Amino acid sequence: MKPAPFTYHRAHDVRGAVESLHELGEDAKLIAGGQSLVAMMNFRLARPSALIDVNRIDALRYLRRDGEGLRIGALTTHHTVESSGSTAALAGFGVLSHAARWIGHYPIRTRGTIGGSIAHADSTAEWCLLAVLLDAQIVVRGQVGERSVAAADFFHGFLTTALEPEEMIVEILFPRPAPHAALSEFAQRKGDFAIVAAAVDLDVEDGVCSAGRIALGGVDAVPIRVPEAESLLQGAPATAETFRAAADAAAAAVEPGSDAHGDADYRRGLARTLIERACAQAIAV
Amino acid sequence: MTSLLGDLTVAPPAPVRPRPSPAPPRPASPEPSAVPDTEPPADAPGLPPAPDAGPERSRSVIGSRVPRHEDDRLVRGQGKFVDDVDRPRQAHVRIVRSTVAHARLVAVDVAAARAVPGVVFVLTGADLIGLPPIPIRLPRGDEPPGCLQPVLAHDEVRYVGEPVAAVVAEDPYLAEDAAELVTVEYADLPVVVDASTAEPATGFDVSYGDAEAAFATARHVVEIDVSVGRHAAVPMEPRGLVADYDEATGVLEIWGATKVPVFNRNVIATMLDLPASRVHLHAMDAGGGFGARGEFYPEDLLIPWLARRLRRPVKWAEDRAENLVALNHSRQQRHRIAAAFAVDGTLLALRDHVVHDNGAYLRTHGLLVPELTVTMLPGPYRLPAYAARIDVVLTNKTPCGTYRAPGRYEGTFAREHLLDVAADRIGIDRAEVRRRNLLTPEELPHRRDLRALGTDVVLDAGDYPGLFATALARTRDWATEARQLRERGRTVGLGFAVFLEKSGLGPHETADVTVEQDGEVTVHSGGTSLGQGIETVLAQIAAQRLDIDDRAVHVINGDTNLQPFGVGSWASRSTVVGGSAVDLAATAVLERALQVAARVLGVPAEQVRLTGGCFSAIGEPGRRLSWGDVAGACAPGSPHLRPEDTPGLSARRVFAVDHMTYPYGVHVALVDVDRDTGHVEVLRYLVAYEVGRAINPTLVEGQLIGGVAQGLGGALYESFVYDQQGQPQATTFMDYLMPTAEEVPRRVDTLVTEDAPSPGNPLGVKGAGEGGITAVAAATANAVRDALGLTGDVGALPLSPHRVVALSR
Repeated sequence: MKPAPFTYHRAHDVRGAVESLHELGEDAKLIAGGQSLVAMMNFRLARPSALIDVNRIDALRYLRRDGEGLRIGALTTHHTVESSGSTAALAGFGVLSHAARWIGHYPIRTRGTIGGSIAHADSTAEWCLLAVLLDAQIVVRGQVGERSVAAADFFHGFLTTALEPEEMIVEILFPRPAPHAALSEFAQRKGDFAIVAAAVDLDVEDGVCSAGRIALGGVDAVPIRVPEAESLLQGAPATAETFRAAADAAAAAVEPGSDAHGDADYRRGLARTLIERACAQAIAV
Repeated sequence: MTSLLGDLTVAPPAPVRPRPSPAPPRPASPEPSAVPDTEPPADAPGLPPAPDAGPERSRSVIGSRVPRHEDDRLVRGQGKFVDDVDRPRQAHVRIVRSTVAHARLVAVDVAAARAVPGVVFVLTGADLIGLPPIPIRLPRGDEPPGCLQPVLAHDEVRYVGEPVAAVVAEDPYLAEDAAELVTVEYADLPVVVDASTAEPATGFDVSYGDAEAAFATARHVVEIDVSVGRHAAVPMEPRGLVADYDEATGVLEIWGATKVPVFNRNVIATMLDLPASRVHLHAMDAGGGFGARGEFYPEDLLIPWLARRLRRPVKWAEDRAENLVALNHSRQQRHRIAAAFAVDGTLLALRDHVVHDNGAYLRTHGLLVPELTVTMLPGPYRLPAYAARIDVVLTNKTPCGTYRAPGRYEGTFAREHLLDVAADRIGIDRAEVRRRNLLTPEELPHRRDLRALGTDVVLDAGDYPGLFATALARTRDWATEARQLRERGRTVGLGFAVFLEKSGLGPHETADVTVEQDGEVTVHSGGTSLGQGIETVLAQIAAQRLDIDDRAVHVINGDTNLQPFGVGSWASRSTVVGGSAVDLAATAVLERALQVAARVLGVPAEQVRLTGGCFSAIGEPGRRLSWGDVAGACAPGSPHLRPEDTPGLSARRVFAVDHMTYPYGVHVALVDVDRDTGHVEVLRYLVAYEVGRAINPTLVEGQLIGGVAQGLGGALYESFVYDQQGQPQATTFMDYLMPTAEEVPRRVDTLVTEDAPSPGNPLGVKGAGEGGITAVAAATANAVRDALGLTGDVGALPLSPHRVVALSR
């Protein structure tokens, strides 16, 4: 469990990081919190020829609210989001600070970053799921400038994204508040990657859902939305019966794989349970 | 010293003082007396009198909760673990391991690895042809041929992780880089993963009475088919070794051996053709052993072999990825177990067909785990007839060995789960079926017509129904709580299990006790410090006998030069066998000290008393000799040392024992099951355990609580899963799930009783290392079964969430 040889470089700003990516070639990797990458390197499952350390780019650590929504700098740690629940920036985004508590353990949350998690693209990762649920924009910068990719288009497959080799995630933009959103997940032990995770975002007024969004992780290679279930929420009373019907529809719609932690049926059952639980939490807030 | 002694005058005669004698075992009392949870006052009731207690005695060291001697260095970061050892000029080893489960080794090409700058040497199986395979430490004599593991594979590999080559380099990074360049050509052979469909390599029967007749005529016959998953000890610290060969002296020094250093020394000496006296294994701290760590593995020969060959120190530190495929696995068994009952629930016979998956080879434990499984399976019950068959299957998976409570964890689960299913079928209370069949105190000692580990099974002192009743009384509130929670819609269940342990396996252990002239006492024991606190316990035993502060006793465990007769720390034996040896050696030192003190004091030895840690003559309490004074009087040059005397104040004694001693206990678990996710939360847990005599109650409780935490792994979380090609699927802690603080109940209740001291040793002690884990699978599975209201059994362990969801449907 010693990593293969690599060279180490430190970037002091985004321009420098992107230039280093260009100079060092496509086997170079950015390292932020390193909570997934270092473990993969020690197992030699990842063998970057060079690491570009972006941890000194303090300009990417922020939570900011403006007319376009909530902007979170890519190097903001999970713990910062978790502990910012009562700040003005996160008004209407309580789901983010609540969901951050599901991420790993405390030491992991103090080092791991939201940008790193999105770039790693584990399908059960809380940020990936919430980005898809809340229609986040992933802001990336490369040699030629900045572009935004909708979360729905960002995740391509297992640990694979729309990020080009010479690009760096600089910001996650959440365009609209989600006061009735919640995330629920199940792992056998506290802090483990979820077997299945469910996140919901409901538009509720006077006890009626005008619309709702449901996203699932752990049932496909990427976090997915479940339109078959979302349509059942539209215009329906915000009741347990409605949520159960949507959860049943979601469970029927997904086609999860099987592994040592559970087969497809078990995962479908988890999806159903977790959607119901997330909905119940979403209308409770 | 002379001036002090010169002031002494002859004491008047006094009545003869009784010689030190072992504390007599107290009779078992009907009401178990729990160990108090605070330090007892002097002459506290419930504790046996200290062996040397005189009227002036202020306190008993045995039985008191003295702080662990090990902790001072460990919490300061001053412990010395194998990876802390570095030798000048040392080279680092990386083991190349098989990536396939079963194949003929066609070629091992090391040219590229050898060519890497900084690579010192590359070793393959071809270099070791002629070296015998790793021997069995505890042979039965009927092991089948061809089952032992070679040090390095040379014509065939039998599991993923089997050592194929070793790369030695200037640093560990380089070694790992170069190891990747070793190319191995494999020709695939058929892979056996599922033991239940494979031909056994061997097997044996254990039986007594006429089980067949009992089953034929019984009113009730209940059978279940249950399995325990493959899991392992996984100590916090992986293995490691440093070896250094001094050509000038011919001495090979080794750091990193734990558990059985003298046995390992002898194997190394034999395999390397060195005199055993020239091989020196040092005492080390170790981050947990649990039966697996410290056995003789391929690396235990490879590292010394390389140090000797290369004439430079060689270091190997196992990483976790290796540890999970290289260290002994354990536990994987299927039990088709049945019981025959009379109409009133009286147990008439038990039969079991066990399939034991031992992985690819028989390692140092040989057939020990299968043997313990079937010989201990009857447990604490009155069982007129018994017939067990165990088939031992070799599969293409990591070889298996012992793991804390080997055979008993598995067998207790099978038996206690069967009793619950049977009670429900017969229609009697689950507690009542046990009450009716537990052996009573009047029936003990009870000889079973079978042998375990070469010893007759004679269940010694105990009150099994008494402890069971106490445990149930202690948890009566839990039954109420369970009912209330159920009324609120929760899926809650209560489960219990009664178990019999074994401890104090011989054949012997040796201890040296030496009093230095400064009054400090040194103990050299054959046990090893694996984190269990044995240094503290042995110090307490010596301090008790010598009437001194335990802090004045320094225990060195497992150094093969200091204690060349050590047998080691395993099988819950160190306190029982090692502690008794210390007691005997300390007693011998005391007798010698009384003689020499008498010379100094000028009185007959019968008139010398040891009080408050000092020797004085009866009637002259003002003239006192310290232990240091007496040691000084035994030193060369002392006027009190006679020509025929051995100089120094020291004794080496051996304690030999023919029979094991059998502790017992009860586990009770209260669980809350989430039917939707399958999550099992253990709300409350109790271990009631009869330990004979607790040398240090805090350490006994620590052993029990730690055992519960570890045992929940096999019950609910841990499983080494393999795919059909024999590829391990749980190779990191992401997939091999060990319980953490979050998964263990916040509070594990312990009830330690001392009502049935063992008659087989001078201290009356029974081992405490395993009773915390023995019945965890049983009690937890019974609680889950209760929660879900199952009529049948739970099937296979661990009860991971997807299995629980399947059961609840």
